[in-house]
Amino acid sequence: MSMFGQVYVKNNRYKIKGNFHHLTPNIPIRNADDGWKLMGVTNPRDMTYIHAYGGEAPFFEALSQGKLLGTRCDNPDCEFQGTVYQPFRIHCMDCLGRNTIIDMTDAAQKNAVIHTFMVCERSGAFSLLDKPIKFINVEFEKVDTILMSYLSKGSPEIGMRVVPIFKKQSPTYTIMDLSWVPAGTEEDQLPEGFGF
Amino acid sequence: MIKFSKQQLKIPQLMRPVYLVTAGQSKFDRAIPDKRTEELCIDALTMAAELVNMSPAQLKSYIHSCYYGHFADHFGDQLLGEAVIHDRLGLDPLGNIGIKTGGATGGSTLWEATKAVASGYSDCALAMGWERMDEVPTDEGNFLISCAADKDWESPLGHIYTGYYAVMAQRYWQIFGKAEDSFRRTLAEISVKHHGYARMNPFAQSPMKITVDDVLKSPVVAYPLRALDCCLMSVGAACAIICDEKTAEQICKNAPHKPLRIWVAAGSHTLRPADRRDMEIPLLPNETADQYKDLGERFPGGDRYPGFTGFLATRMSAYYGYRMAGITDPSEDLDVIELHDAFTISDMQSYEDLGIRPYGQGRDYVESGDCYHTNPKTGQPGKLPSNISGGLIGCMHAVGATGIMQTFEMASHIWNRWAEIHGEEKIWRKFGRPKPADWTDLQVKGAKRGLAISHAGVGSHVTSTILIDPDHLLKKDD
Ligand SMILES: [Zn+2]
Repeated sequence: MSMFGQVYVKNNRYKIKGNFHHLTPNIPIRNADDGWKLMGVTNPRDMTYIHAYGGEAPFFEALSQGKLLGTRCDNPDCEFQGTVYQPFRIHCMDCLGRNTIIDMTDAAQKNAVIHTFMVCERSGAFSLLDKPIKFINVEFEKVDTILMSYLSKGSPEIGMRVVPIFKKQSPTYTIMDLSWVPAGTEEDQLPEGFGF
Repeated sequence: MIKFSKQQLKIPQLMRPVYLVTAGQSKFDRAIPDKRTEELCIDALTMAAELVNMSPAQLKSYIHSCYYGHFADHFGDQLLGEAVIHDRLGLDPLGNIGIKTGGATGGSTLWEATKAVASGYSDCALAMGWERMDEVPTDEGNFLISCAADKDWESPLGHIYTGYYAVMAQRYWQIFGKAEDSFRRTLAEISVKHHGYARMNPFAQSPMKITVDDVLKSPVVAYPLRALDCCLMSVGAACAIICDEKTAEQICKNAPHKPLRIWVAAGSHTLRPADRRDMEIPLLPNETADQYKDLGERFPGGDRYPGFTGFLATRMSAYYGYRMAGITDPSEDLDVIELHDAFTISDMQSYEDLGIRPYGQGRDYVESGDCYHTNPKTGQPGKLPSNISGGLIGCMHAVGATGIMQTFEMASHIWNRWAEIHGEEKIWRKFGRPKPADWTDLQVKGAKRGLAISHAGVGSHVTSTILIDPDHLLKKDD
C-alpha cells in the first residue's frame, strides 16, 4: 500500500518516509491512419518534490494562525528605507539588507482594496481551487507593492474594500490559505475551514 | 530597481557591425507526432542554407559557436537537449550554450549570438531555437507554463498563466479603455487580424477567417480574456545565422539577398507583477516628460507606472535598442514589426511601451488601421504593419523559436522575398496544408527596417531585435 511522501528536518537534514514516486508502465503510441505503426511511447511520471520556504517560512506559518505578515526595510543607510513589501520579501530589493517582519493583519482589515481582478473559468492541471477562481490583486495603504490572491465571496470590482480570511482549520501551508471577502461579510458565510 | 544610475543607462555598444545573413524555420503545429525535435531543427537549418544557395554542409563550415534557445526542459522531458541538437546538427566540437528566458528565449538567443560576433569571439554564430509542447495534454501544458510564475505566491492560484495576464487586461480595459465595449472590440480585432494573416503563411498553425464577434463569443478562459485572445501552444524550430561583415559578404556571395544589420537589446522586470513599485516613465526619443504630466487626470488610476498596465522590460529594451540603432521615432523609422502577441491585451500594451503610441493611446494604432498590411479604412499600405506572420496568436508560439521566427519574418520583407518564402506551392504541399484560393502577397513594399519583440513571463524579460538594410542605416557607426 502506498503512502504520501512525508518529510521533516532533523539536524538540518531532510528525513523522508512514504512514497515519493509511483510506478506506471510505458504504453506504446501507434498510428491509427497507418497500420498502427509505432510512433512513440508514454512516459508516466508522478513525483513529490521537497521544497524549502527558507526565510519566507514565517509568512506561511502565520497564515494558519490568522495573521498576514509583511516586511519593511529599516536599514538607515538604504536610500529607500521604510519601503513596505507585500508580498513578503526577505531582503530589501535596493540595499539587500534583511527586512524587518511586520504584522499587517490589522492594516489589511482596515484599508485593503482591489487593484484589479479577473474571473478564471479554466485552470491548469493540479489546480486545487474551485472554479471560477476570482483572482484579485490587493492594494494596501502605505505598502509599495500589490499582493496577488483570490476572492472567496461576492463579485470583484476595482476599488472594492476587502478583508483577509485565513484557513485556520486544516491549513495547506501554501498561499491558498489566504483569501479575501468583501468588507462586511459575516463569519458564518466564510468557506469551510476559513476564519477572520 | 526604481531609479537608475548613469552606468545602468549606458547605451549598449557593439564592438563591430553585426549582420543577419540567413534564417529558416520548420513547420509549426500543435503536435508533430512524426518528427523528433532534431528533425525540425535540421529542417530550419536546411532552409537557411537554401535561402543563400548553399548546401547545409557549406553553411555549417562557417559556424564557429552556437546559441540554443529552448525554454522548458520539463515540456520536452530532456535535460541538456542542446547537446542532442548540437550533435544531430553535426556541430561538435564547437562551443555551444543553452539560453532560456521564458517567452523571450528566441530573442535572448539572438542577443547572445549577436554579442558573440560583436565581441570578435566568433565571426559566424548559429542562433537556433525550438520548443516541443505536444508531449503533454493542454491542461498539463498550462500547468507547466504556470511554473514560470512564482511557484509559492502565484502558480498555486489556478495554475493558469492566462489568469496572470487577465488581471492586467482588466485594469488596462477599465482605465485606458474606460471599460468601453468599443475597446473590447478593438482587442478582438487584433485576433481577427493575426488569424487572418496566418492564412497566407504556410508555416502557420492557426489560419482562421473569423470576425470580431467570433472572438467575443469564444469561450472565456480568464475574463475578460477569451480563447481567441490567447496565443497558441506549438511545436517547431527556427534559426538564424549571425556574422561579421566579411563573413556576411562571403555567405551572401551567391544569395539573392544582402546581409542585414542586426542589433538586439534586452530589458527585465519582476517575475511577479506584485513586486512592481511606482517609478518615473523612462522616456523614448520621441517622448517628453510633459506629455505624461496629466496622464492620471486623463485616465484616472493610470498614473501608476508601470503598474499593471505597462511593461517596463519592453520599455527598457526599446530605450537601449532605439538608441543603439538610431531610431528616433518608431512609427517613422520602422517599416514592419513583429510584436509578442501572447494575448491581445499584451499586444496592445506593447504599442505604448515601444512608443508607437503614447501611454494611454495604444488602441489608436489598431483603430487608425496603421497596424495593417493594407489599412482597411483607406485601402492604402498600413503605416507600420505588425505581425504579418500571424504572430503568436495565428502562426505559433513554439517558445524557444518564437523570437527567431519573428526576426526571420521581418528579414523576408526587407529582402523582398516574402512572396517567394510564403507563396510557393511546394511549401504548402510539403506541410500538407491547402493554399487558400484567395492567397494574398503580404510583402511590405519597400521595407528597409524592422523590429521584433520577444517577451517572457508577465514581462520578466524582453528583447528588441532591430534589423536594418545596411544601405538605409539611421546613424553612422561609432
Ligand atoms: Zn533597503
